[in-house]
Order: sequence, then C-alpha cells, then structure tokens
Amino acid sequence: MIIGAGVVGAACAYYAGRAGLTVAVVDRGPVAGGTTGAGEGNLLVSDKGAGAELDLALWSAGLWRELAEVLPERIEYEAKGGLVVAPDETTLKALRTFADGQRAAGVHAVEVGAGELRELEPHLAPGPAGGFHYPQDSQVQPAQAAARLLAASGAEVYLGEEVTGFLLERGAVRGVRTGRRELRAPAVVNAAGTWGGRIAELAGVELPVLPRRGFVLVTEPLPRVVRHKVYAADYIADVASGSAALQSSAVVEGTPSGPVLIGATRERVGFDRSLSVEALRRLAVQAAALFPVLADVRVLRAYHGFRPYLPDHLPAIGADPRVPGLLHACGHEGAGIGLAPATGQLIAAALTCAETPLDPHPFRPDRFGPDRFGPDGSGPDGSGTAATR
Amino acid sequence: MPTSPSDRGADPVDLAVVGAGPAGLAAAVTAAGLGLRVTVLDAGERPGGQYYRHPAPGLGAARPETLHHGWAAFARREAALRAHESAGRITYLPSHHVWTVVPDGGRWTLHAVAGPEERAAAVRARAVLLATGAHERQLPFPGWTLPGVVGAGGAQAMLKSGLVLPGRRVVVAGSGPLLLAVAGSLAAAGARVPAVVEAASYTGYAGRAPALLRNPGKIGEAATYGGALLRHRVRLLTRHAVTEAHGTGRVEAVTVARLDRDWRPLPGTARRIPCDALAVGHGLVPQLELATGLGCATVRAADGTIALELDARQRTSVPGIWSAGETGGIGGAELALAEGELAARAIAGAAAPAALVRRRARLRAFAAAMGAAHRPGAGWTGWLRDDTEVCRCEEVPAGCVREAVEDLGAGDVRTVKLLTRAGMGWCQGRMCGPAVAALAGEGASSPGGAAPDRRPLSCPVPLRHLAELPATDG
Amino acid sequence: MSQSPGTRSPRALVGGAPVATYTMRFDGRELSAQAGQSIAAVLWGAGILAWRTTRETGAPRGAFCGIGSCYDCLVTVNGRPNQRACLVPALPGDTVTTQEGTGRADLAV
Repeated sequence: MIIGAGVVGAACAYYAGRAGLTVAVVDRGPVAGGTTGAGEGNLLVSDKGAGAELDLALWSAGLWRELAEVLPERIEYEAKGGLVVAPDETTLKALRTFADGQRAAGVHAVEVGAGELRELEPHLAPGPAGGFHYPQDSQVQPAQAAARLLAASGAEVYLGEEVTGFLLERGAVRGVRTGRRELRAPAVVNAAGTWGGRIAELAGVELPVLPRRGFVLVTEPLPRVVRHKVYAADYIADVASGSAALQSSAVVEGTPSGPVLIGATRERVGFDRSLSVEALRRLAVQAAALFPVLADVRVLRAYHGFRPYLPDHLPAIGADPRVPGLLHACGHEGAGIGLAPATGQLIAAALTCAETPLDPHPFRPDRFGPDRFGPDGSGPDGSGTAATR
Repeated sequence: MPTSPSDRGADPVDLAVVGAGPAGLAAAVTAAGLGLRVTVLDAGERPGGQYYRHPAPGLGAARPETLHHGWAAFARREAALRAHESAGRITYLPSHHVWTVVPDGGRWTLHAVAGPEERAAAVRARAVLLATGAHERQLPFPGWTLPGVVGAGGAQAMLKSGLVLPGRRVVVAGSGPLLLAVAGSLAAAGARVPAVVEAASYTGYAGRAPALLRNPGKIGEAATYGGALLRHRVRLLTRHAVTEAHGTGRVEAVTVARLDRDWRPLPGTARRIPCDALAVGHGLVPQLELATGLGCATVRAADGTIALELDARQRTSVPGIWSAGETGGIGGAELALAEGELAARAIAGAAAPAALVRRRARLRAFAAAMGAAHRPGAGWTGWLRDDTEVCRCEEVPAGCVREAVEDLGAGDVRTVKLLTRAGMGWCQGRMCGPAVAALAGEGASSPGGAAPDRRPLSCPVPLRHLAELPATDG
Repeated sequence: MSQSPGTRSPRALVGGAPVATYTMRFDGRELSAQAGQSIAAVLWGAGILAWRTTRETGAPRGAFCGIGSCYDCLVTVNGRPNQRACLVPALPGDTVTTQEGTGRADLAV
C-alpha cells in the first residue's frame, strides 16, 4: 500500500510490482498533483557533492535510462547534459574541487574553458571564467513520467481519496483508512512528499518534513535556444543551504515542447501560495544575465511548488523501526524526480528483504530523534550538510 | 498615478479600477464623484470594454450607436470620465494590461504591461476593484481551427472596432442571447446570415417566466434583435449545433445537426450549410485570473462557469479587493453598470440606494435564468472526434485529453494540463478551459467553489519587466 | 472585403469617413488601411483570414476571439514576432509578415 501518487510513489509501485508484490496506490488528489506536477523534471548529478545522495542519484540516472527504453516517449526523457557556469576564477577553482570529489564518486565532469562555453551554448553571455559540463544530467516531463510509471506498475489506484488514519494491530501497521474505505496491507509506504510529515504523524511518529517553496518561470514557446541545463555555480550552495530566506540561482533550460523553463527559487515560508514578485524578479535577472536573448521574450506562466525538505537534505527511505509495517519514501526536496527510481528500488528491496547495491543507512527514517539531531542543523553523525540536498 | 517600477514611494490612490467596461467605468465615475482619487487601468485603447467597443476616432464613424444597444448609458459615463480626468480626480490609463496585483504594506500594487511597446508600469492603491469582464466560452468541434471560424463575440468586436466582416455569408452558432445580437449586427452591416444555430431551446425560458417578466427592458432588447433578424430573413434553428466545419485553408461549409435535451447530436439529422465564415460562441466566461491569483473565493454560477463569490457590497473574500460586473457571474452590461456603482459607493463608505439594490437583484435573477437555460448540456462532447483539437495553442487533440483522463488518472483541468499541455500555451487555457473541464469530468458535479487553477500572471509579461522590478528583501 | 457604396456595409451602417487611409504591406502585398483599424481588421478587409502557421502541424490561423484573449492572431509586425493582430493598430508603412511557428526561428541553435 503506497500513499502518494507522485513520482516517488509511482516508482515505488513500479519496482514493488516488478518484485512480485501486489500493490495499491492511494492519493487524496490526482496523479502528480503535488510537488511532482510543479517540478521541472530535473535528473541532476551535477549539483550533488560526493556522498549518499550523489550515490543515489547516480544509481537513479542509470535506472532512468532503462525506464526511458520501456516507458512511452511522452515522458520526454532527454539526456541533454548540464552546464555549470563559473562567473569568475575563484568560483571556478571551488568548482574544480567540487568536481574532483564528484569524479571520485563516478560522475563525468568535464571542464570547459571560457571559449568553449559558447560553443556549447551559443546564446550564453560572454564573461564567465569557465565551467563544467556534466553529460549525465538529464530531464523528463515529470507529470508524464509519474503517470506512465504508475500505469506501468499494474497497481490498483485510488485517486481523490485522503488517508485519514492507519489500521493498527498490536502497534503494527496493517493498512489505511480513507474517507471511503479501509485498505488492508501488511506494509504501507509513506510517499506523500511534502505532506509526508502529516502521514507519519497519523501513524504516531515524527518525520520533520518541511515545505521549501520554489517558483518557476515559463517563457513563450521558442525554438531550441538553450541546449543544456545551464546554471551558475552558486546554485550548488543554495541547494545545500538550510536558510529560510529566499535564495535563487536560475537553472535555465529548453524543453521539447518549446518553452524555456527558469527555476527555481528556494525559500521556507510554509505553505504560502501567494505570488512573490521578488522571486520572479530574481529568476528573471539571473536568466537574462546568463542568456541575454531571453530578456526580450515573454514569460507566459509562473508557478510554484513545495519541496519536501528534511533538515539534513537527505530523503527518508526505508522501514521505520518505530512502527512495524510502516515505510517511508519522502523528503527528496527538489530531487524527487531524479531520485525516484532508486528510491523505488530501495523500497522494493526493503519489502522483499533483498540486497541493494547501495547502503540505505544514511536514509533511515528514524534518524531525526530529538536526541539524535542537533538544533544547529548538523546531521546525525555530525556531518552537517555533507550531502547537498 | 502611473509610476515607473523604481518609484515605489509614490502616493497610493484611493481606488484602482481594473477594466473600463461598463462595471469599471460606472465604478470609477461614481467613486470620483464621491471624492475618491481613482486610477483606471484598462487593456483596451478606448473606454467601453467589450460591450461598448467602438471604432477608433480615426475611423470617423458618424453613428457608432448603430452598433450598440444602450449607447446613451455609455456616452453619459464616458463624458463623466473625461470630466473627472481633466479635473484630476481620475487617472485613466488605456492599453494597460494588469498582470498581477500584490499586497504591499496594507496597500496594493498593480503591475501592468503598457502600450504596444510593452512598457512596465505600476500603480499603488488603497483599494482595488476588479472589473475584468469576461471572454467567450468556446466548445470545440471538428474544423473549429479553420480560418473563417471566429468567435461570435470576436466577429462582433471586429465589426464594432474595425468595421470589418469575416465573410459575406456568415453562419452564427453556439448558445446564448449574444448570438441574436451578433447575427443582427452582422446582417445590418451587410453579411448574409443563413442561420442562427442555437443549441438551447428558447422554450427553456418558459419555466423561468417570473425572472423574465420582471425584466421588461430585457424583453425589449430581445425584441429589437428579433426584429432585425426578421428584417434580414435570418432563420433561427433552436436545439441545433454546428458539429463540424469543412474546408481546406478556410471554412466553406458547416454541418448542422439537431440535438437532444443534453446537447447530444441526433443521428440522421445532419445537413450542410455553405458559408464562408462561422461566428460561434457559447456564452461568456468570467475573467478571473487576477482575482484567483489573490486567492478570492469562487462559486459555480447557473451557467456552469466559475464566478467570484461576492457579498451584497460587491466585496470579494479578500479584504480590500472588490469586484463588479461579469466577474461575479455573467449578467450583461446593465447589471455591470449597477454593480460598478454599488461597489464604488461601498468603497467610498456611501449608502446604497434602495432602487439600485433592487435593480441588481432583478437583473441577477434574470441572468441566472438565462444562464441556466443556455448552460451546455453534457452531451456536447459527443461531437468531438479523437483528432479534434481541443487546445488551439498547443494543438492538443481530444483523444490525448481522453487518454489522460481514462488511462492516466487525470480528473481535473490542472492534471490534464500537466499531462497533455492543454491550457499551457499563449492563451493559458482561456479557450480550451471549459472543454477540458468537461472532458475531465469537472463541472456540474464538482464542488461549487471548485477553484480554477491559479494563474499568477494574468497575461504574458516580457522577461525584461520582471528583471527590472525594484528589488525587495523577498 | 470590398464594400460598394449604397449596399449594406459596416461603413454604410455607421456613416462618416476615415480621417486618413494609407497602405500597409502584408507578405509583399500592398493593402489599404483606414486610420484606427487594427492589423487584423485591415487583413479581414482584404479578405485575408490567416496570417500565422502553427508550431506542430503548420496549420493556418488568424483572428479568433477578436479581443486579445486567445493569441491565435499572433503575427510578425516590422520584424517583431508574436504581436496580437487584433489589438495592434495598423500604422502607415507597417510591414506585416505571416508568422511561422514560434516566429523566432532566427534564435535556434
């Protein structure tokens, strides 16, 4: 039983089904109705420093390549590559150190000189000191990806039904109750994304998932003017930051359907749905600084989403030792689309007691006990924000 | 006063009115008459909105009133607008497309794209009245993207503002009282109108007689149109619809079929009518982007559209934001004039004249009766083929929308949009929204307040504008 | 469309005469414009109903909603793409060209 029809829930359903389990998915809204539908579909390794999340992302990148072979073309999988631009020599130096660590973990990172940048991206503004090309960065259309994964999973799907409580027997989870029915299952996976903390609470445990709001700008349809996912190097610092204040460093990219996407800001303002003109302004300034040609195009839409954010920027994946039968697969912040397949594999393995190629320990859901997690934001092993999301 | 974006300290006006159609115009002149300082921002080049759209002065029309019903009511208020403008009580800003309204320290800031050169403009105000009107409700059918197929209101607007017709032989189709007015004007301006094809049945009015009888003015208006149609020998086919437009490169004929009570085409009743244009529309849809962007509560109106929830004083659910006219439910120009005046009085703290309150109640009741009579029947989707484009901007066919709904778990407009791109293009779903909602199963059965998807930008904004906004702490 | 005096026509209905007439170019053709008309009105007046082709199927499109809401009438005016023909006034000497797709093929990389 999986709670959540976003991309993570869909991937859990897909891999659990392939592992031979009978699966049902329940969501209070439609498919991809939460953060998945508000995402840009980033499958990034470039923004992650060496560590557990990068390992998960690399595994996922391979799984997405496989999925692209079996899912319909409509998921718009595109191995377009990322391009990180360093405005000056100091940043470039820092980026080199960062990339060295990534290479050791298995990332392809190719340094690009100032002159070559514009061969890769002809509309890029002159001036940057250099950058790095990450061929493994890719993209999917997130709602399509979630919907097609879910359809291919063979799971029974209950949409528009809110989980109102858990069925418990002797302290163990045995299913969920919705507004309309009871759904019994020996294991329940919390894949409720940004709302995963509330689901955990229903089961009587704490999981400190916080919303981190992001705005995205969408331009008028254009021919291909941006080939890669292009962003300035300070994006990496923003992703890793725990600050509540508004941060922005635009990631600019074209899409197969025409519009250029410019995203995304990060700020912790709860579930505030009002428009932040300042967020739009910053994205526009940065996009135009990277690609001056964009200053003259029209922005057709702006939208926002709420990333599910855990204090150490790592998702919670696996069985919750505090409540037998309860598993979590949430808290992926802005990387849920990218990390979904590997998350699904870890959950399927946990459900079938199978081996995994990756140690799931850093993602254990009970790592945030009050005695295990310092108020300074440092991780359970004192590593701080070793992983960058 | 209009300000450059860097001019944030500018003194706020008492009231910013968005829209200079009947509601906005009535509100602005009433508020100014009560001593408020008012700024009017309007997307159009001249006041009047869509209803009182009229030729530019350069066209030198000697009798613009021949294109309008109730022209005197407009002319009087336009004169008042000009008088208040020269007295400095109203700042009138034509060609200003407001793209968002945001709270700003107990005041409101309205951001606009101004003029054909697309300048950035901003206005600060203590109160905001949204009189953003409506656009036409379109229901797709095979061939509706052919050149020569135009909105009924569109044909009317092009005639009123540019003195042109889309063709010589124009079929008028869809549903709603606007069709009679459009057919009458097109015929008076020289087009041959082989038929007015109305999907509803005018006998549907019979059950709503009280609301109609209390509105003799409205019956007079209908009689005017009816008379014009008789004079020009226009045939009125009720409970019929254009189910397909034919042609290569442009429309050459339409198929008209009889409908059952639910608007399902009846087999064996189809016939062709040759024409070189089709003017089609199914009533109007409130234009709510600015209001829903602010979080204003909505309700489902009798005609099936989503409208703003307003109280007796024209207040939205967001304090400081008011609305009047079509945004509160489609009701026509006379109602919009009354509501604009009531809103202005409420904003200025003046009492509402009892006669005006009664007029609004009477006209609202009439609008609800009309809206219910012309509300699209669920069977209309029966004339869509899988290859019929539903979203004109993104060229998304009905089959693709049906797949998203039937196979991929989309049950609402937003999810269909995410999965198919329907509603993601230039018009942001204004044209395909009602159709997608019907295909997704939204509509009659969904909750009354079913909030439309929020559109933080109500119209396209040059990226440069966003980049040049004044920086704040965020 | 051409309207001869004496028969029913929009002009006969409202009377008067334009304060000026001038020419505008559309895809190399010279069209007669009346002061105050939008580009779409000038094109309709010349019997032209389509001045854009779509991105996916290259289908012809022109004015639809007539009030600036639908963006179907996008056209390239004096080299600037994506102008709404139903709103933009026709000015003396304007060069209007059929817009293909995004209208910005020159930016493609």
